[in-house]
Amino acid sequence: MAERMTGAEMVIQALTDHGVEHIFGYPGGAALPIYDAMFQQDAVQHILVRHEQGATHMAEGYARSTGKPGVVLVTSGPGATNAVTGLTDALMDSIPMVCITAQVPTTLIGTDAFQECDTVGITRSCTKYNYLVKRIEDLPRIMHEAFLIATTGRPGPVVIDIPKDVQFAMGDYYKPDLDTLRHQSYRPQMDGDSAAIEAAVELMLKAERPIFYTGGGVINAGPEASEHLRELAELTGFPVTSTLMGLGAFPASNPQWMGMLGMHGTYEANLAMHDCDVMINIGARFDDRITGRIDAFSPHSRKIHVDIDPSSINKVVRVDVPIIGDCARVLSEMVRVWRSRTNQPRTEAIAPWWKQIEKWRAVDSLGYKNSDTVIKPQYAIERLYAASKRQAKDVYITTEVGQHQMWAAQHFHFDKPNHWMTSGGLGTMGYGLPAAVGVQVAHPDALVIDIAGEASVQMTMQEMSTAVQYRLPIKVFILNNERMGMVRQWQDLLHGSRYAHSYSESLPDFVKLAEAYGGKGIRCDSPAALDAAIEEMLDYDGPVLFDCIVEKDENCLPMIPSGKPHNEIILPDTANIGDIIDEKGRQLV
Amino acid sequence: MNAHLQPTGSAYFLTKDTQEIERHTLSVLVDNEPGILARVVGLFSARGYNIESLTVSETEHGRRLSRITVVVIATPKVLVQIKLQLERLVPVHKVHDLTAEGASLERELALIKVAGSGDHRAETLRLADAFRAQIVDASVESFVFEVTGKPAKIDSFIALMQPLGLVEVVRTGLAAISRGPQGM
Ligand SMILES: Cc1ncc(C[n+]2csc(CCOP(=O)(O)OP(=O)(O)O)c2C)c(N)n1
Ligand SMILES: [Mg+2]
Repeated sequence: MAERMTGAEMVIQALTDHGVEHIFGYPGGAALPIYDAMFQQDAVQHILVRHEQGATHMAEGYARSTGKPGVVLVTSGPGATNAVTGLTDALMDSIPMVCITAQVPTTLIGTDAFQECDTVGITRSCTKYNYLVKRIEDLPRIMHEAFLIATTGRPGPVVIDIPKDVQFAMGDYYKPDLDTLRHQSYRPQMDGDSAAIEAAVELMLKAERPIFYTGGGVINAGPEASEHLRELAELTGFPVTSTLMGLGAFPASNPQWMGMLGMHGTYEANLAMHDCDVMINIGARFDDRITGRIDAFSPHSRKIHVDIDPSSINKVVRVDVPIIGDCARVLSEMVRVWRSRTNQPRTEAIAPWWKQIEKWRAVDSLGYKNSDTVIKPQYAIERLYAASKRQAKDVYITTEVGQHQMWAAQHFHFDKPNHWMTSGGLGTMGYGLPAAVGVQVAHPDALVIDIAGEASVQMTMQEMSTAVQYRLPIKVFILNNERMGMVRQWQDLLHGSRYAHSYSESLPDFVKLAEAYGGKGIRCDSPAALDAAIEEMLDYDGPVLFDCIVEKDENCLPMIPSGKPHNEIILPDTANIGDIIDEKGRQLV
Repeated sequence: MNAHLQPTGSAYFLTKDTQEIERHTLSVLVDNEPGILARVVGLFSARGYNIESLTVSETEHGRRLSRITVVVIATPKVLVQIKLQLERLVPVHKVHDLTAEGASLERELALIKVAGSGDHRAETLRLADAFRAQIVDASVESFVFEVTGKPAKIDSFIALMQPLGLVEVVRTGLAAISRGPQGM
């Protein structure tokens, strides 16, 4: 049944039909008809951001913490170009997002009109798909198709560029109907091949040194996927590690959990990856931060790889049993097939393996030397974790990018999926604060903390103003080392400690800054006062900037330097990291 | 452990490809829509794949489907990636590696302008006849020939025309189709 309305009204109607409750946006000339349509309804709540990049990261945080797509609305030209970083971030981390960009009227396209830019050209390579809507007749279909593409298969961002005259035009609106979609070519494969699943279980049943290596795909496949993973881990008795993006899919409190793997992963996780005989990769993509040196990556293992994106298979690492499909469905099949073969975990067969893992664990690779005079960043996160455990609320963590991000991944522990949002693939400084705003919009009663660095947080600091406006009580916990710590660490490692431009100089007074925004500022520089200060932050019912003054020159360890195999990991007791890397290694990133 | 391994290559480096490069012809069935060619070509440039020839035209007007024939040069491992990456594009229906799938036909069309007089003209016409090149334009001092065939045949015809007054050449790029009753 068609209904007559304007293009702008169709946009709002389609959002409503897709269950969208919140949209993050910023107005401008070309977007005004949509804003006008928004003004006359209240099904969709608009969150006014302070910069379009902020809108995209809010949408990411919203999406990652709910499993629903994040929706963004920006104007033409600079509005669209400002959104590019967040679109790329969402593409790299497979986050479902629909971003509506306004465009100059079709008659002006190509004339270098005011605030015209080639949005579909610019965003073609940083979206899963994008559209320029030239005719009102196409708008309803494109709106529906965009939601389908953003949320299914390997999720990702979709841009819909809508010229102003199309927003004004009258047309017939149709409800979502998959049969009318243009792209019949788009058919993500959901069910894994049953023979491949059998073969995988066969390998697992014979494994002596197995490991589950899980990734963001488990989170994207929904909470069922995490449940099936837990079930399969319990059935098999195998150890579990995860990438940065997959934290929370398996509970950190479970004894089978080995901590994160990769460049700053635990000793036990990385050595187990190196020495295993059967690797079960579920929804991870053999990223270079995980594999280290490819030709020395887990040299003796048979590899099973479950991924919904066929192009991920054999892209980087050759695998023995590829399974293309949705992680939740494949995991549930694996559980079923395993059960059909045995009801015993492989406890005895893999007992020597666990013994070896315990030895590696005993190295305590996340250990650090604490101090009573300065706050160690690791200690700060431990105390933050302990305090958040005492809260009755659900706790969500976002991060910026740098050392603090890795320390958060190492020392904050997650027992549930969708509670950890970080920029993994793109590594976008400035992600965490707006992402926290997005999470808080979706979960008004939760405790949402951005674990931040003093450099990163300044990239999107203005979104404090958004938090204040919408009474979103986010906590920004800044590990202030007055350094771009991660850059400084690499300069120590690779460039003879020549600290070219890696200081955070002329820092703002974060306490006053918080107050200037209308939030609360807290500063703490003493380990003894830390717990009380954290309590004060958690007790405050509003946005807080917490300036936690930490040790300036702490290194984030353990670390596998770029281009090294997993078993050449640098442990925390290493005195001088500058001597470790040879000439060739210095050229890496 | 691993003491036998040489120190470090880049973390961004995949293991050095020891595989030999090959030339393959891919046939790509796509929705004919604005930007589709940019999407395909953009994929090749973004991921560093080499295109040797690319042709595109709508082949099924009713369903608005186009066929892109693209000749790529890559190692077998990268060829698989190219196919999978192409299939990931939303408007791509199918990708067939015609070279890998067995017998296929490959043809190209060229328009070739040759100017000259006297003996050269006669020699030009004699060769054109041998190559079944058709004269599509003629003046007292020039010919335009149309030649179809495998790229190698066109290459040799062009080489022969070189000393006889070759002025310019345009080529369509390769069109290819599989042999036998099956369609894509
Ligand atoms: C937008 C952006 N620019 C540059 C970088 C490179 N980079 C990675 S970490 C880092 C320093 C981060 O400093 P800070 O936020 O203080 O975190 P710390 O490492 O000190 O914890 C930089 C510059 C990046 N990841 N993102
Ligand atoms: Mg810092």
